[in-house]
Amino acid sequence: MSVDPKAVEEREGPATATARYEGAVREKSLRDQARTGKTFTLKINRGDEGDRVGRWQAYEVELASGMVVLDAVLSVQAHQEPELAVRWNCKAAKCGSCSAEVNGRPRLMCKTRVEDFKLDEPLLVQPMQTFRRIKDLVTDVSWNYRVNEKITPFKPRTDRPWVFYQHDVERAQEMRKCIECFLCQDVCHVIRYATEDKPQFFGPRYFVRSAGLDFHPMDAEDRVGQLKGKGGIGLCNITKCCTEVCPEHIHITDNAIIPEKERAVDAFSDPLRALLRGGSRKGSSGS
Amino acid sequence: MQTNDGQGFEADVIVVGAGGAGLRAAIEAQSQGARVAVICKSLLGKAHTIVAEGGMAAAVGSVDPRDNWKAHFKDTMFGGKYLNNWRMAELHAKEAPKEIENLEQWGAVFDRTDAGGVMQRIFGGHTYQRLVQVGDRTGLELIRTLQDRAVAGGLRVFMEHTVTKILLRDGAVCGLAGYEREWGKFRVWKAPAVIIASGGIGRIYSVTSNSWEGTADGQAIAFEAGAELMDMEFVQFHPTGMVWPQSVRGILVTEAVRAEQGILTNSEGERFMQRYDPKRMELSTRDVVARAIYTEVAEGRGSPHGGAFLDISHKPADFIKKKLPSMYAQFMEFAHVDITKEPMEVYPTTHYVMGGIRVEAETEATNVPGLYAAGEAAAGLHGSNRLGGNSLSDLVVFGRRAGLAAAQYALGQTARVEPETAEIIKAEREMLAPFELETGENPFAVQEDLQNMMMEYVGVFRNEERLTRALELLGPLQERAARVRSTGSRLYNAMWHTCLDVKHMVRIAETIVRSALLRKESRGAHSRVDFPEMSAELQKVNSITRLRDGNAEVEYVERAPMPPELAEIIGEKSVVPA
Repeated sequence: MSVDPKAVEEREGPATATARYEGAVREKSLRDQARTGKTFTLKINRGDEGDRVGRWQAYEVELASGMVVLDAVLSVQAHQEPELAVRWNCKAAKCGSCSAEVNGRPRLMCKTRVEDFKLDEPLLVQPMQTFRRIKDLVTDVSWNYRVNEKITPFKPRTDRPWVFYQHDVERAQEMRKCIECFLCQDVCHVIRYATEDKPQFFGPRYFVRSAGLDFHPMDAEDRVGQLKGKGGIGLCNITKCCTEVCPEHIHITDNAIIPEKERAVDAFSDPLRALLRGGSRKGSSGS
Repeated sequence: MQTNDGQGFEADVIVVGAGGAGLRAAIEAQSQGARVAVICKSLLGKAHTIVAEGGMAAAVGSVDPRDNWKAHFKDTMFGGKYLNNWRMAELHAKEAPKEIENLEQWGAVFDRTDAGGVMQRIFGGHTYQRLVQVGDRTGLELIRTLQDRAVAGGLRVFMEHTVTKILLRDGAVCGLAGYEREWGKFRVWKAPAVIIASGGIGRIYSVTSNSWEGTADGQAIAFEAGAELMDMEFVQFHPTGMVWPQSVRGILVTEAVRAEQGILTNSEGERFMQRYDPKRMELSTRDVVARAIYTEVAEGRGSPHGGAFLDISHKPADFIKKKLPSMYAQFMEFAHVDITKEPMEVYPTTHYVMGGIRVEAETEATNVPGLYAAGEAAAGLHGSNRLGGNSLSDLVVFGRRAGLAAAQYALGQTARVEPETAEIIKAEREMLAPFELETGENPFAVQEDLQNMMMEYVGVFRNEERLTRALELLGPLQERAARVRSTGSRLYNAMWHTCLDVKHMVRIAETIVRSALLRKESRGAHSRVDFPEMSAELQKVNSITRLRDGNAEVEYVERAPMPPELAEIIGEKSVVPA
């Protein structure tokens, strides 16, 4: 029953300021403007639960101007492969749901423009390789949520009222930009090349979360012992792969991991500091 | 097929939805000693609340000490053109500041002022600088703070689960039926109290700022369980959605751009808002700005892709990147437009529904015993038009109240009532139906046709003829939605999920169309070109939709008169519409 713009025009008469409505006519014209007349080949790595290798399936997709990879995948789902599994939500790079690997690189599909690639070769989309596949592009990321539960939550300081300034919160705010897309967890070799059991290692996302809490001027807790212990921050050898893939451009290595590593060294190599661990200068490092 | 093995998860309070309202409700219910679980369609932390950008309205008076709850109440009522539930508007204005304090105590990091307090910005329809903010990612801050708090409290979360039915016994809530999206297994949850906090309906329209989740599930399952819906004709079209490229059509451009002095111009370079609202200009209420942009384009003064120009490039580049970082990135990355140098193109996009499940102001209880609703899924606070910034505060104020009331109700129920097996089996059969058809409709096609139809006939401007036509077109769409078919298995199958979603969407679309037909006036977001004036008579009534013998029936219900102390705050205008 798709709406026929001609029939609308006939029934409504010519458009005037108050009688013209948005909808089919306008949307069709925008779609026409976006047409490029070209197609490209999208290869999606598909598979069922636990299938590490999967199979590459090729689809011909009409290229629209400005199209992102998620558009292409959703167009395959709507018109060619309705059972195709893909996780997405906001389509505005704010929710971090549509993480995948495009031509081998971890990316958000919603902010990866198709035209940025050479399209004479197929565009390859596969699920995040670090996590067990549920189906097609959807992986089981529940391990991350379990790690999150291990982090000591925010503990508010009791001296009130709280007076603090913008410069006091900027370090914490950088960490709190994280949208939990898990691309940093995906690319991190400590997690990626671990076998079935994930290591005693929080991973970049949770170093960022811990740092965000530790940098909070009104937080009365210190997570440095936790990061050094079950967090395994010592296993990170600062290759900065996580920083490179972060869609929020958080300086994960420089602004979260290195300051926390330094504090861990300070707190644990100096016996006096180790004794006074609760009072280590967590909020001021680097500022 | 019996896959539940007769097992069901038991709790005192089950919350449907893990956005701001759902998480706030869960935290409060837990603090009352109730056993609580939250069910959400996506992963935890991905709810549509995160897309809220500009801020959270609360009269804390940190920037402008003249602000107070009365001023916030008055602005909210004026913005909603006095159709708001006045008691909800009062509670909201009074309690929002306390919620800001709670959030800070739970670790939220809002932007700060030079005096060391929380920064607040102005938004359309607010008299003072009132929106507590974190740049343009306030919703994310709210979600992360509530999520962390809830997780620290040991909250049980069922991620990637969909609820398809509210289970009743003797007319009262006793549980929920649904399925796991990942593995396709059926699920039953047993609880005497259920809170619907499932968000909006934007996906019923083709151009929307909403994610795929906004398919009206909560409104539909509550409606089918006998709950009343209210004010469904009021759908907010946010004035500034992205226009181009096509791929990001409808994605939100935050009102914060205008709050930070962005200006709207047409193709002739004219700052056209001076013809629509010379006093408030770009910071007029959303209904006014949406109609203005719409009219400019319709009269041939649109931008190259049929929008208006929104320009902030007169401000320093550093200022823009600091105040509007995600807008800068969004335009740079999606549209290759540098907003520090060139204007954006914007056009109205379906954003929010003011109508929803009818609730009591104090408790968020519906007319179904044990059923509560909060946030966008509920109606009342915003009247006929919501002010920017009033949604995030709505979520926490009424999420808290719903959690409190639901926990108290549930803990007071000494005898637990089990769902009937026959009802559970019936719910499972309904879920399986799309697999059992030999031939049937593709659910994606039905969904797309519904979205185009609603955009075309039930959009920014409406009239009798087009709404009548919409109703005629809905009939066949509902028939098609009843015989959608899925192939494949239940393992993460979007086709199957869409089959179940689209039934909710056609159901709620009908309530919107019928309510819009009934209201023969223009008020707030509901603009009837055949009835362009506001009617003093119709200010006295809400449209209530009920399910009778399987049919949606809408009628007006008289509103309670405002008590004199509130009427006094508003002044003359409470009697005669502005």
